[in-house]
Amino acid sequence: MSTSVDKTRTRPRSNSAGAKLSRFMESPKIGWVAFAIALLMPFIIATPYALNVMTTAAIFVLLASGLNIVVGYCGLLDLGYIAFMAVGAYTAGIVAKSFQLPLLFTIPAVIVMTILAGLIIGAPTLRLRSDYLAIVTLGFGEITRITANNLSITGGPSGIFGIPGLLEIGGIDLQEPAIFYYVTVVVVALFVLAAARLGKSRLGRAWRFVREDEDAAEAMGIHTYKVKLMAYIFGAIWGGFGGILFAAHLTAVSPQSFVFLQSALVLMAVVLGGMGNMRGVVIGALVISLLPELLRDLSDYRYLAFGILLVVVMVFRPQGFWPARGFEPERPAPNEAATESEPAPPKEAIR
Amino acid sequence: MTAVLEVKDLQIGFGGVKAVDGLSFSVHEKEIIAVIGPNGAGKTSAFNCITGFYKPTAGSVTLKGQNITGKRPADIAAAGVTRTFQNLRLFPDLTVLDNVRAGMHLYGGQSWFDAILHTPRFRRSENRYSDEAHHWLDFVGYRGPRGVPIRNLSYGQQKQVEIARALARKADLLLLDEPAAGLNFSEKQVLLSLCRRIRELGTAIVLIEHDMGLVMELSERIVVMNFGREIADGTPAEVKANPAVIEAYLGKDDEEVPSHGDA
Repeated sequence: MSTSVDKTRTRPRSNSAGAKLSRFMESPKIGWVAFAIALLMPFIIATPYALNVMTTAAIFVLLASGLNIVVGYCGLLDLGYIAFMAVGAYTAGIVAKSFQLPLLFTIPAVIVMTILAGLIIGAPTLRLRSDYLAIVTLGFGEITRITANNLSITGGPSGIFGIPGLLEIGGIDLQEPAIFYYVTVVVVALFVLAAARLGKSRLGRAWRFVREDEDAAEAMGIHTYKVKLMAYIFGAIWGGFGGILFAAHLTAVSPQSFVFLQSALVLMAVVLGGMGNMRGVVIGALVISLLPELLRDLSDYRYLAFGILLVVVMVFRPQGFWPARGFEPERPAPNEAATESEPAPPKEAIR
Repeated sequence: MTAVLEVKDLQIGFGGVKAVDGLSFSVHEKEIIAVIGPNGAGKTSAFNCITGFYKPTAGSVTLKGQNITGKRPADIAAAGVTRTFQNLRLFPDLTVLDNVRAGMHLYGGQSWFDAILHTPRFRRSENRYSDEAHHWLDFVGYRGPRGVPIRNLSYGQQKQVEIARALARKADLLLLDEPAAGLNFSEKQVLLSLCRRIRELGTAIVLIEHDMGLVMELSERIVVMNFGREIADGTPAEVKANPAVIEAYLGKDDEEVPSHGDA
C-alpha cells in the first residue's frame, strides 16, 4: 500500500500543464473567474435579447444549485423541484401586487412560504427511498401547478401580471434590463457560493453520509430525518429566490412556466454538470439554458440537436462534465506526535 | 463497578422466528465481552436491538442507568454506543478522512450559518474535525492514503477506517461485529493490541467473533448463543468446558453410547 501513498502524495507536486490546470480548476479562484466573466458579458453583447437570455440563464443556475443540494448532496431524487420556484414566484407576485410593495420586500414572506412548502413535501416523504420519492415529488410538482391554475388568488390559467419591480432607489430602477442582469448575477453568485460552502460543512457532510448509507449515518448519531428536512428546506429557499427573480424578470407569473419539463430541465442540468459538485452544476445549468439559444440557427431542429447532444454526453460521460471528485489534500507532513500513541502495530503487520 | 451496558431478557421475533429469545448480559467499564455462537444464532440481531436498528419485542437495554430500549439508532449513538457492521458499511464515494469525520458529527461546533459565512467558529471546528480524524486514523494504525475515496482501498484498510470512525464517536461502549473476518494472521495480532488500547481509553467493547483464538485471548467474559437463546456466560475457561457449548459447536455425539460400550 505504500506505493499508493506515494502516488497521492506526489500528485499535487507535479508541474505539468495538465496538473496546473486541474489545480487551478479546484482552487477557489475559478469562482471569481466565472463571476468576472458574468460581469463582463454585457460589455461584449448587450442587445435586449442577449440580456434576456443571460438573465434567464443566471436564474436557471440558481435553481440548479438549489436542486443540487437536494439531489446532489443528499441524494433525494426530486422530480417536482420547479414547484418551489412556483411557490416563491406566486408568493412574491401576490404579496407585491396586493400591497403595492417592491418585490424586494416580499423576501420574508417568500422564505416563510418556501420553508413551509419544503416541510410539506419533506415530512411525509422522509421514509421513502429513491423511486417512490421521485413519484411523490413528481405529484407534488403537478399539484402545485394545477392548484395555481385553479385558484382565483393566483389568477387562474392567465396568472398574475403587472407585478411591481424589485426596487427603485434614488432614481435607479433595478428593473432596467442591464441593472437587473447585474442584480441577478450578484444574487445568484452569492447563493451558489453559499450552497458550495454548505456542501463543505458539517451539515453538507451529513447530507453525503445520508446519501451514501442511511443506516451507517444513523449509527453515527446523525438524525437522518432532520438532515433530509434541512436539505429540502434549503433547496426550497433556493427555489423561492429563483421565483422572486423570475417574477421580477418577467413581471408576470403563470402556471405554464412551472410544467414538469422545467423540473426535468433543472434535474438535467444537475446530472449533466456532475451531481454534488457545485462548479459542475453551474456549467450544466449554463449549457442547458444557453445551448438551445446558441442552436437557434438550426431553427426547427434545434431541440432535436439539443436532445442528441444530451444523449451523447450521457453515454460518454455518465458522471457528468465535472463530477464531485472526492479528493482532499493529504496531511502535509506525517504527524510525529501521533506515532507515540500507537506503539503496538509493527509496520509490516498492517500490510 | 458500574455496568456500562445491561441487557435484560432481550427478545425479538420476525414472524414466527424468534431471532433473539431471552438474552441477558451486562458489560462493565473497561471490559471486553465476546458474543459467540454458530451462524444464525442471533448475535447480529442482538446487536441491532441494542443499537436501535431493530425494536426489541420484549426486554430492556440500559446504558449507564439510562433506558435506551427501542430508541432511534441516532439517539442511542448520542447516548454513547458506537458500532461497526458485519459487512463494512462505509461511505464508499467519500474520502477516508470524511468517513472518519462521520463519527464526529455529534461534536457539533458549527451551525449552517457559520458554514455559509465561514466564521472563525467554523474554521476552528473544521480544523478540529480534521485533526481528530488524523488522530484516530493514527490510533488504529492506518497507513494508507487519506484524501482518496474509500472504495479504492483494500478490505483490511477499510476495516481499519470503520473502527476509526466508530472510535471518533468517543462512546462508552463499542460494538464490533466480526472485526477479524477476512483478516490474515498478522492483521489479527494488530487488531488484538488495538482492542486492548481501546479499552485503555475507557471504552468497553462487545464483539461478535468466530475466531476462537482471538476470542479466548482477548475477552474477559464470553456469552454463547444458539438458536436465539443464551446457553452460557462465563470466563473463557468456563465456556470452553461447558458441555452445552461443546454440543452447540460440535453437535451431540450419537455414537457416544455404543462406542463407549465397545471400549
